[in-house]
Amino acid sequence: MFEISELNKRNRKTQKLFQILFMMMTLLLITPVLIILGTLIYKGGSIISVDFLFTHPTDGMTAGGIFPALFGTVWIVAVALLASVPIGVAAAIYLSEYAPDNWLTRIINLAIINLAGVPSIVHALFGVGAFVIFFKFGTSILAASLTLAIMTLPVVIVASRESLQAVPKAFREACWNMGATRWQTIRRVVLPNAVSGILTGVILEVSRTTGETAPIMFTGAAFFLPFLPQSVFDQTMALSLHLFVVSTQVPGVPEELPYGVALVLIAMVLLMNSISIAFRMYLRGKKKW
Amino acid sequence: MNTTAENVSTQIEHAIHTRSLNLWYGTFQALFDVNLDIKQGIITSLIGPSGCGKSTFLRSVNRINERLGYVRTEGLIEVMGQNVYDENVELVQVRKQVGMVFQRPNPLPISIRDNIIFGHRLHTEGRKPSISEQDDIIEAALRKVLLWDKVKDRLNSKATELSLEEQQKLCIARLLPVKPSVLLMDEPCSALDPKGTEAVEELIWDLRGEYTILIVTHNMAQARRASEECIFMLMGKVIEHTATEAMFVTPEHKETADYIEGRYG
Repeated sequence: MFEISELNKRNRKTQKLFQILFMMMTLLLITPVLIILGTLIYKGGSIISVDFLFTHPTDGMTAGGIFPALFGTVWIVAVALLASVPIGVAAAIYLSEYAPDNWLTRIINLAIINLAGVPSIVHALFGVGAFVIFFKFGTSILAASLTLAIMTLPVVIVASRESLQAVPKAFREACWNMGATRWQTIRRVVLPNAVSGILTGVILEVSRTTGETAPIMFTGAAFFLPFLPQSVFDQTMALSLHLFVVSTQVPGVPEELPYGVALVLIAMVLLMNSISIAFRMYLRGKKKW
Repeated sequence: MNTTAENVSTQIEHAIHTRSLNLWYGTFQALFDVNLDIKQGIITSLIGPSGCGKSTFLRSVNRINERLGYVRTEGLIEVMGQNVYDENVELVQVRKQVGMVFQRPNPLPISIRDNIIFGHRLHTEGRKPSISEQDDIIEAALRKVLLWDKVKDRLNSKATELSLEEQQKLCIARLLPVKPSVLLMDEPCSALDPKGTEAVEELIWDLRGEYTILIVTHNMAQARRASEECIFMLMGKVIEHTATEAMFVTPEHKETADYIEGRYG
């Protein structure tokens, strides 16, 4: 009665087949990541040192360190965050908590999705037109950061809006029924519970901003500068552009140098992502609903 | 508003008074000409099959329905003698007078203390009440809902860690510091086990007199044992509104009798 039938056997075989198939796909997916990381560490690992991180490039960028680029990237990312986080979070709060469901809101949502789909080179040209020329910021950290901020706004908005909407409706109802205004509800209950998700979005934005090249190469990142930037109105070197330059634009660069730069760049991004994940796990563990 | 309402509350006979109340969700009419006079200081239960408009009626008393956006209301609703749909009515004051308890206990994901003091803080201007004032408010509210002895040693732990019964009691307790006159309860026991139901019912029974309580329930036995007057609704209309005992012993309408005996619903 309970013995296996021919049909059972066949079904079992099919099921096994699909399981293996899906597993292979998954393995395929992580292979490039492993190969990239492996190559970078193998070929560029030897060049990484404290000196490499903290000294200026020398001999026409064929030797020395990457400090100005590293420093510039941190600057650009920081200024971009200062611009995009307040705007993005405010927009997300409006869309999630206040906006009525009408055509205007739908158009705004559509615009956000489309903004996320605009190629980065188009953002770059927009940045040149708007920030460099129209607002007369010149090619500067400010122009580059604002360009990046606009490019990454959708990430912040979508992540924030989603984490706001993940806060159960019951909490809002509880507040409203006690006579809390929308703002009191947001301030006391919704935001504190959405903060982990918002921060995750912000960190994702950081990792994306760190790696972008096109939007900054016309708006504020320089090929080579002997000095560090003194203010946001100066140009700066940046890691991503530096990688492009040493790999393709400068003759006589030792092989391990571009690999080293790429390794630093990817390490920064991975570090950001891991912090984001760890942080999210920590905050989620604290939640109880 | 506050003082007048409290003065009024001692004199007035009907806490909730409605005339020709009609309500639409978009094009769907959910309430038809509801005329109700709900006596002050007693427990009135609202019964009827699903979708008959009980919850809708409840939710229009404190105007929480309006949050949905596509709701249209016509007619008169007076709470403690004042029309809540008057133009100069401040919604925050309505919500303060009319507290609401939900089907699923919904304590805020903050400490027990903060839950109780939350409403109070919303409605008090200026400086934070001192710790000892807060303690008094919290103790009074929790004693009132018979929760004080159970939670007094863990006021700072999360309210969401309490049992469902305790959470529901807490949800009632947090309404009290703002001194409401009416408490609306939308199936307050349906998420609880029989023991929790009994405890919360007892609590509600204790609160009568001081507060006017309007309670929606699917549970006929609950309506019978835990309310003084009973309203039976069907398809958005009020069919019968009498003393609870009378309704269960000698219902006037055939529909009421059918529903009570479980022939539909």
